[in-house]
Amino acid sequence: MRPMPTTVIFENAGASVAAEARGENLWLAPSELERVGWQLKPEGLCRGPLCVPVPPARKAEFVRADGAVNLAAFARHRGQAVVHDEAGSVWVCGPAGAARGSLVAPDFTLPDLDGRLHTLSQFRGRKVLLNSWASW
Amino acid sequence: MDLPVWQALYEELAPRNFTVITVAMDTGGAQDVRQWIEAAKPTHPSLIDTRHLVAELYDWVNVPSNAWIDEEGRIVRPNDPGFAGEYFRGMMEPGFDFKAMRKEYARMRDRYLDAVRDWAANGPGSRWALSSEEVSKRMAGSNLEHARAAAYFRLGTFLHEQGRAEAAQAAFAEAKKLRPESWNFKRQAWHLEEAGKSGGPEFWAEVKALGDRPYYPRREL
Repeated sequence: MRPMPTTVIFENAGASVAAEARGENLWLAPSELERVGWQLKPEGLCRGPLCVPVPPARKAEFVRADGAVNLAAFARHRGQAVVHDEAGSVWVCGPAGAARGSLVAPDFTLPDLDGRLHTLSQFRGRKVLLNSWASW
Repeated sequence: MDLPVWQALYEELAPRNFTVITVAMDTGGAQDVRQWIEAAKPTHPSLIDTRHLVAELYDWVNVPSNAWIDEEGRIVRPNDPGFAGEYFRGMMEPGFDFKAMRKEYARMRDRYLDAVRDWAANGPGSRWALSSEEVSKRMAGSNLEHARAAAYFRLGTFLHEQGRAEAAQAAFAEAKKLRPESWNFKRQAWHLEEAGKSGGPEFWAEVKALGDRPYYPRREL
């Protein structure tokens, strides 16, 4: 199977890559993996200074002989929810599990009507009432 | 729409080192919310969340949902409907008393805003600021199913942005299956399918199907 144009939304960032979708697995060549922000190194899969070791007994699940990495299996290993559309052309890897269940208010950055970005943590030092509403 | 109420509260309490942040859960983006925000002329951060990220992060399933966050960024109340209530559920019955509904909602609003004022003045000393145990208890239950539901919803919003309406609805359907209690998922998906559908017969049939169960979580304030 040849790599196909695929959109990967990993945590909050989206990337267009060439990838092979097979069932619940998504294989990316090393150069494509880097577009999602990860690199295969001897110490594991790394994003900046953070490295997640690949369990030696399960290496075949994550890394192929040609160096391709199964990003979907890796994300599941990190506790992320992984889903895709029927065609396998768009994949979402949600936030890692550790982000949930803390009493610290989860941070976010969102635009206002003029497109100006606001980040919750900018309001540290003030009390915040956070409200959700909708037009529908 | 409650934006003018939040803006007035912001103006009142801003001198007490307090802010309001309102976030619209609207995949349709600026075009769906512009009229409400422009009418309210907010000077507080009034944000637009096309992917319902805030609902995902705070595990909220309905609008309105509110959280209180203290000066250190800790949650002291995680998920209140504020001054929304069950009264609306009788709206489709013949002879429904709209005046009585407005009166009841005004009473709830005054009570809720007084609770916010109390917290703004007294911080952790306020009777409405919850202990960390109680906050944890109210936030418990978030699990991988919820995370998968949120991931499907995120997939749906992306497909919608790409103009793939049918694939988007298929993703929304998976989200709804995994998280049937999310009115946000149901109503946003209906709205994207067809304007008005989020408050149409399908909505009222589902509200009726709740029977004795509440539409909003019941809170003491």
